[in-house]
Amino acid sequence: MSALRLALVGAPNCGKSTLFNGLTGGRAKAANYPGVTVETRSGHFVSPAGRPIDLMDLPGIYGLNAQSVDERVALEVLQGRVAGKEKPHGLIVLIDAALLRTHLHTVLQFRSLGYPMVVVLNMFDLAERDGMQIDVGKLEELLGVTVIPTVSTRKAGREAFLQRLDQEIEGWEEVEPVVEAERSLKEIQMAARKMASEAILYEPPMNRVTRAIDGVVMHPVAGPLVLLTILFLMFQAVYSWTEPFMDAIEAGASGIGDFVGASVTVPWLHDLLVDGVIAGVGSVLVFLPQIIILFVFILSLEASGYMARAAVMMDELMLRVGLNGRAFIPLLSSFACAIPGIMAARSIDSERDRLTTILVAPLMTCSARLPVYTLIIGAFIPPERVGLFNQQGLVLFGLYIAGIVSAIIIAFVLKRTATRGSSQTLILELPTYKLPTPRDFFLNLWMRIWAFLKRAGTIILSTSIVLWFLARYPTSAGSLKESYAGMIGGWLEKLLAPIGFNLEIAIALVPGMAAREVAVGALGTVYAVQGGEENTAGLAEVLQSAWSMPTALAFLAWYVFAPQCFATLATARRETNSWRWTAFMFGYLFGLAYIMAGLTYHISVGLGL
Amino acid sequence: MTTLDQVKIGERFRVVGFTESDPSLVARLREIGFAEEDEVELLYTGPLGRRPLCFRLNRTMIALRMDEAIAIEVEAWT
Repeated sequence: MSALRLALVGAPNCGKSTLFNGLTGGRAKAANYPGVTVETRSGHFVSPAGRPIDLMDLPGIYGLNAQSVDERVALEVLQGRVAGKEKPHGLIVLIDAALLRTHLHTVLQFRSLGYPMVVVLNMFDLAERDGMQIDVGKLEELLGVTVIPTVSTRKAGREAFLQRLDQEIEGWEEVEPVVEAERSLKEIQMAARKMASEAILYEPPMNRVTRAIDGVVMHPVAGPLVLLTILFLMFQAVYSWTEPFMDAIEAGASGIGDFVGASVTVPWLHDLLVDGVIAGVGSVLVFLPQIIILFVFILSLEASGYMARAAVMMDELMLRVGLNGRAFIPLLSSFACAIPGIMAARSIDSERDRLTTILVAPLMTCSARLPVYTLIIGAFIPPERVGLFNQQGLVLFGLYIAGIVSAIIIAFVLKRTATRGSSQTLILELPTYKLPTPRDFFLNLWMRIWAFLKRAGTIILSTSIVLWFLARYPTSAGSLKESYAGMIGGWLEKLLAPIGFNLEIAIALVPGMAAREVAVGALGTVYAVQGGEENTAGLAEVLQSAWSMPTALAFLAWYVFAPQCFATLATARRETNSWRWTAFMFGYLFGLAYIMAGLTYHISVGLGL
Repeated sequence: MTTLDQVKIGERFRVVGFTESDPSLVARLREIGFAEEDEVELLYTGPLGRRPLCFRLNRTMIALRMDEAIAIEVEAWT
């Protein structure tokens, strides 16, 4: 029997993904649409009566007026206008039972497409607990379609739903959809409101728990404090709770390296596997604990309903610098790593705002820059006290601030030049607070971690191999300086000499393309080679004698902008779907890094540092 | 005519219509749920410059910027 194709549609926050995960067991294939970043998922399940069903999860939308990219994609899929995607046979339309009055017009819009459908009054238990009384039979009669009250988070709820679905889908594939006569949105709304008034027997005031929490969380003074506390906890967790795990991964990578190193005797293969593949991939995997913690926080905030509040709270501030409240979380994530940050920018529905956010995301000081900052600050900035503060700490703080201030200025300029265009809107529904369901939570966590690993992993693996090759060959090369990387460094030096960089820095920047902190290891290699075997002094001490203070400060300034991270560029390319914008991002970061490092160098020289 | 950008916290209003200057904005407002005869109340304002505005619409909560709220015409709830 061929599978029946059903599409799952409904407004955002109505529990669509929960039902989808519950029915398909979370085994889904995600598909991106060309040119846009709207993602739809497809999954498969067999109904209790033995009917195979292909279920497609469309983006959460309020209607079909094609205002947003999400709506356009959903409409095109439903009308069978997407190449390689067959029209569904029928629809499962979800609606949050507690919000029946406000959202019923969404159901009418889907009904107008003429497909066979069932309406799912989801989260019926929560609505009843609030005190809602709905005459389901009446609603069915008014809508002319089957209405199934459901609790999609519970297994029993889903099973009861499936029993009903089996009775309904009989003969759906033979139905030829008859599109209803077009009505204005106003007429549809009026019809929906009239139906809702007849079907709702009693409607209580808003959810009390949500009102009580929002009384604090949305308070003009307490609200920002709550947000700051959450952010503080999040950063604390990302930076200090993850250390043992990161050490373990580092130890594991070098252990595997040793093991492989001992068992592979062919010299080039040994080097390729140990120095290229294992060290290279290990240098990125080491950030995995931070990224997992970050996603745990972000997902909890999203699933509970707080994220929309944070976006609202930050909206005016972000607006004044040329961004959008929804850019807040992507930019925040970028402090751990720009890759999940750029990926998180998908939640911004204004295409121009999304682009601006992606372009400035690398300016947030990611954790890969920390090893570089720590090394240089430790070597050159004396740990003296300035008033209450440690001078080293102040410089580190200053570097973070420099990144944020640059992002604000760049966003401000971009908004008025390169990404100018269509007016941005907020219009955001704040969902009722909910406890995240563990199954959805871990499924989502796994999906995001996997996406990071896939995206970072593939690009890192290939760049690691290329960079390893550059650093090791030609075979006649006795040191890194004589290798291809050394030659490229030699050319780069001519370009970088005016901003105070020496040959060693230029060479170290080449393998630093894989991940920023790799430059630290590369500096170690360059200087160790130069000083011969007897040079066992710590890298910091070597740098103190090899670099002038202006050079060190210029290097720090360079790293505030540091365009050299292949994985970030590759992610930006994928998410913007444009080489032009990726080149623009690299170009402006490189230009800024060059100018700011040069300014720092010459001003420091002028000051006699 | 009162528009939603002028209302005070805690007062209840009835939506009477939309200023039709920007049809695509009105369509988005309608889709998220604003309709004639609906009950609205300003619940919270943002920490900076009292923006954006958080409204209760029937039993839902929706945040709007000033230039979005200005498109919704209301009268006192009686």
